[in-house]
Amino acid sequence: MPGKSKRRVKTPDGRPFSRQPKWRHDFPIEVVEDSYVSRRDFTKFLGLTSLAFVAGQLFIGFKNLFLRGRGKLPSVQIAGTDDIPVGGTLRFQYPGENDYNLLMRTGPDTYRAYSQKCTHLSCAVTPNVAAGTLHCPCHDGVFDLATGRPLAGPPRRPLPRITLQVRDGKVFATGVEVRST
Amino acid sequence: MKRAVAREQQATIVYGIVSIVVLIVVLQLWLLTATMNAFLGGVEAVIWPAAAASLVCLFLIAGLLLYLYRLDEPEE
Repeated sequence: MPGKSKRRVKTPDGRPFSRQPKWRHDFPIEVVEDSYVSRRDFTKFLGLTSLAFVAGQLFIGFKNLFLRGRGKLPSVQIAGTDDIPVGGTLRFQYPGENDYNLLMRTGPDTYRAYSQKCTHLSCAVTPNVAAGTLHCPCHDGVFDLATGRPLAGPPRRPLPRITLQVRDGKVFATGVEVRST
Repeated sequence: MKRAVAREQQATIVYGIVSIVVLIVVLQLWLLTATMNAFLGGVEAVIWPAAAASLVCLFLIAGLLLYLYRLDEPEE
């Protein structure tokens, strides 16, 4: 019969299947058999899970290669030194149109710029230059304005820092520095 | 000649294999989260070694699965 297993059905008392009680015809599958098949299928499912994890690892690898392939980021003018007062802030996009960042003037000649995306769940952080912090309203995360490092709340990684250059009365963004500590 | 393995013995084998496979999959999950954390933190050095380790884990699991399916082959 096509599709029929070649394994012989072994009954507990050794008699042929045709001479087994009626209830066994209704419930022919042994508990051990059932348990074996379900565990085997579970192992197969775990194999697929493992494959998905490998796919995730490869995705991270190729994404990293893609980001590296973009090369050095361009130097872009983001503001004039007169556009932003001491204690003031300015939002700008760099390096892409959807990459929002904050430029803060903490002193007459001191500027800081960080990505506005919280490193916890990507909510937009808001600056408090007077207090020297950046606050994430979603989960009360707090970052140090001087370094971008997390001070409180769930974020564990510092905010990506935008490297700046001030020349001829203009502020330029020259790169993005992603840090783990 | 291939030795016949009773269903009870097969069940014991599959329990052992499931335990090992669960451990390996948990290790892969840890590898993936650690790699993601490193990648988001700008640490690139661990990305490919972790991917290679995860691939080795997959081959281990595939080997164990293959062994499991060979147990089900009809006796010669």
